[in-house]
This record gives sequence, C-alpha cells and structure tokens, in this order.
Amino acid sequence: MLNVTKLNVWFGHGRDRVDAVKSVDLTVEKGESFGLVGESGSGKSTILRAITGLAPHWSGAMVIDGSKIVGTSRDRVFFRKVQMVFQDPYASLHPRHTVDQVLSETLYLHGITDIESNILRLLDNVGLTARFRFRYPHQLSGGQRQRVAIARALAGRPDMLLLDEPTSALDVSVQAEILNLLTDLRNERHLTYIMVSHNLAVVAHMCDRVAVMRHGEIVELIKVDQLRLGHAHHPYVKELLESTYG
Amino acid sequence: MSEQTLLNWLLTDEPTSRRHARLTRFYQGWLALRANTLAMLGLSILIVLTLMAILAPVLAPHDPFVQNLGNRLQPLGSTDHLLGTDSLGRDILSRLIYGSRITLYIVALVALIAPIAGLLVGTVSGYAGGWVDVILMRITDVFLAFPRLVLALAFVAVLGAGIENAVIAISLTAWPPYARIARAETLTIRSSDYISAIRLQGAKPLRIITKHIWPLCMSSLIVRVTLDMAGIILAAAGLGFLGLGAQPPSPEWGAMISEGRRFILDSWWVATIPGLAIFTVSLAFNLLGDGLRDVLDPKSRGQ
Repeated sequence: MLNVTKLNVWFGHGRDRVDAVKSVDLTVEKGESFGLVGESGSGKSTILRAITGLAPHWSGAMVIDGSKIVGTSRDRVFFRKVQMVFQDPYASLHPRHTVDQVLSETLYLHGITDIESNILRLLDNVGLTARFRFRYPHQLSGGQRQRVAIARALAGRPDMLLLDEPTSALDVSVQAEILNLLTDLRNERHLTYIMVSHNLAVVAHMCDRVAVMRHGEIVELIKVDQLRLGHAHHPYVKELLESTYG
Repeated sequence: MSEQTLLNWLLTDEPTSRRHARLTRFYQGWLALRANTLAMLGLSILIVLTLMAILAPVLAPHDPFVQNLGNRLQPLGSTDHLLGTDSLGRDILSRLIYGSRITLYIVALVALIAPIAGLLVGTVSGYAGGWVDVILMRITDVFLAFPRLVLALAFVAVLGAGIENAVIAISLTAWPPYARIARAETLTIRSSDYISAIRLQGAKPLRIITKHIWPLCMSSLIVRVTLDMAGIILAAAGLGFLGLGAQPPSPEWGAMISEGRRFILDSWWVATIPGLAIFTVSLAFNLLGDGLRDVLDPKSRGQ
C-alpha cells in the first residue's frame, strides 16, 4: 500500500536548516495498522505531513498503491485514497462552519452527489446523531469534534487513514471511545492505518507493527506481540517499554 | 409561535437546519451588541441618519436649493428656519437633511470598494506567498506611504472635481490598511489545521480563500470599516471643503462648512451646524465600530 524509502524532510535553509526526518524507510501493507511512536520532536508527525504534501521540502521516494508521489501537490486520486485525522480537534474544524457545512463541502469535493443521505450516514458511522448536524464546533465537546473530524476523513471513502495523535488532546475516558471507534471502523471498512502517538500503550492497543522513532530516525521496527513480551533490542525502546509497562 | 418559544428557538444549541443555525448565531451576536449601550447609541444615530436620507423630501421644510437673498444669514431658531439660513438665504436644516443622502452615498460606496479591494489583495497575497506576496505588498506599501488627502487631491485634480471622483480618490487611499489586515489574518489562518484539512480534501486555492479564509477575515474588516468611516466622512468633507468634492449648489456637509467659513465670526451657525452633523455621524460610526469589535472579534469569542 505505502512504500517509503530514504525519506528526508527538512525545514529552513542554510544555517537554519532543521532535519526533522532522516533517511526513513517504511513499508505499510494493505489492511495493516502501523504505529509510529516517539517523543515530541522525533519527526513522527512530519512523516505524515510529508506523505500528504503538507511538508515543504523532502527527498527520497514514496509510492502509494504503485503510483509514485512527487513534490508537494497531490491529485484527486491521492486524496480519495489517503486521508488524515489531525491531533487537535479544536484546531482542525473551521470555527465558522457547522458540521453540516464541513461534511457537505467534503462530499462535494469528492464528487459524491447524494450529499443529504451521505451526511446522515457519516454521522451515524462515527456515533453522532442527526441532532449534531447543524452545530458549530464551539457547541461540541472535544470527543464529538474528533468524531466529526473522523467523519470528514471518511467522507471520500479512503483506503488509508493517517492518524496524527488522534486522542492526545482528549480526556482519558474519551480517548478510549475514540480508539474503539477507530478500531471498529477499521474492521468494517478494511482500512489501512498509520497511527502516530507518543503513547506506547495506545499504539500497542491499535497496531500490528510499530516503528520507534528518535531524533528523526527509526531506531527499531518491531511487531506488537514482540513488544508486549518485552523483546526489544534497542536500549531506547527498552527504556520506553519500562516507563510504559513498568 | 409565542414569544417564549421564539426565544428558545433562537437560542437553542441544537439548530435543526442550515438557516436555523445561521439565525441563532446572528441572534446571539445581536444580544451581545444590544448589551453595549454606547454601540446601540451609535447604531440608533445611524438608523436616524438613514431614515433622514430616505425621507428627505418629506422631512425637509424647504427646498434646499431655493435662494432668497432678502432672507440671508437668519440666526438659529428664527421663525420658519429652525437652524437659520446660509449666505444665499437657503434653509440650513433642509440642506442638512438632503446632505445626509450625499454623506451616506459616499460612505456606502467607499465601504463597498475599499475593504473588498483590500480583502482581495490581502488574502491572495497572504495565501499565495512568495513573489506574489512581495509584489502585491510593495504596491500596497506605495499607496500606504502617500498622505491620504494629498493623494486624493491629486486624483481629483486629474479626474476632475465631483462626488464620484472623490469617492474613487478616497477608496484608492483607503484600501491598503485593509489589505494589510487581511494579509496578517490570512498568514495565521493558512497554517492552521482546518486549512490543511480542506486541502487534503482536494480543495483548490480559490475555494480555500473565498470559502474558508474570507469568512474569518470579515469580522476584523467590518470592525475596521466602521472605525474608518469617521475618517472617510472627514476626508469627503475635507475634499468638499477644498472645493474638490461635491460641487455647489450640492448640500454636501463639507462644502456647506466651506461656504459658511466666510461668515464664521458674525454668523457662526452657518459653518457650525454642518460641522456638528459630521461630528455626530463620525462619532456614531466609531461607537458602533467599538461595539462590533467586541461582538465579532474571533479572538475574544474563542469559546
């Protein structure tokens, strides 16, 4: 599904240049749930932004479903295949657009004609009733907002969702709800996930394979069952495991 | 529908249709504005001004253009001429009432041209970035560097005196600050997640600018327009005063002051009354602008 080789992402020029991602290789199979873990600033979110064309400078090669990605502009075919859920649901919804506006515009942009019934279906998919349809973001709770953001990402019926710490801005009780929703959606729709998190427990719960990142590099790629058994090789990963599971 | 159910309908957190959602938001803004006494004072003055302009033929006791040299420079409160007469014996009250039409006409035209031009230039510049930004902003800088009235004078001198040309001249000098505001807002908005999100749905720049960035720039522009209105009225009056705006016998307030200036020592009311009118309307716009800023500012209503 996704093949990334020798990916470098950097910001700024000359002396101000910061290398956020250094020579990263990734392969994500169709239907797989792949985790990217690391502390903040380790470059995990930047990889997602590079895939979606939101990072300005990158080098290397990225192939999605056999088609090569070039530069920072993506075509319609890409957006129908890959969608992203952002970290902070308070920042990812337009403050002056109702839920209805957000979803109907997204459906329209994906060329879906039956907007009316699709909005209701999408709201139902993410566990919201029709009552929420005409609310503004400020009339929704954090968890409800993230559900709307997930509905927006699902509107174009993508094959792959990039999840950028989708629960880190939410209360603990709401986090579990959103994670369960994401698990259910993946089972129903056979979605491929790439999930970024700084929380090893969350990733271990959601993913099949995990890449641990540090300072822009992948230090270890490990299967989740190996991870649970504590079979890590890299000292940093062992340290992470200890701090998570004790 | 009884009054109480109407209120509940307007204040609900669960709107049932697109129109309903818009109405509830509008009504909540109106409630916040209504709580501000000074803003309501400004708004009512402007409503009175608008009614005055619409009903001018009904309200004016005399024809504003009819001269009566035997009846010139009548003082305030004289019979039949409440605000006196000017140097040609024309009724000042009637001229003031008809003059409100010209003032509103200028204000409306400038308020339509300048902010929209500024919004276009500013948002395109801010969103596109790179050399588009550099070129557009340097053009803006050039216009911004000119003293307002002097540039207006130059334009009127080239295009000829008259209200329309005065409006064009004022608009040409008024748009750069709007472009600056719109660009600054765009720069903060364009890097936000909701713009990234809509880009990931495949939206083109034109759609992003008009549907996603404009609505967020609007509130600060509306506030700025109302606060600028006083300046626009004064600039129009200044051009009128210098004889480059409205031409006699048009009852434009600035031109009226200019005519009254010659008699300012012995017949002070001829220049003072239109001056007070300009003052009142400018103040009303400022008060309303202040109130609107509290209501519309997206930062203070972060929620």
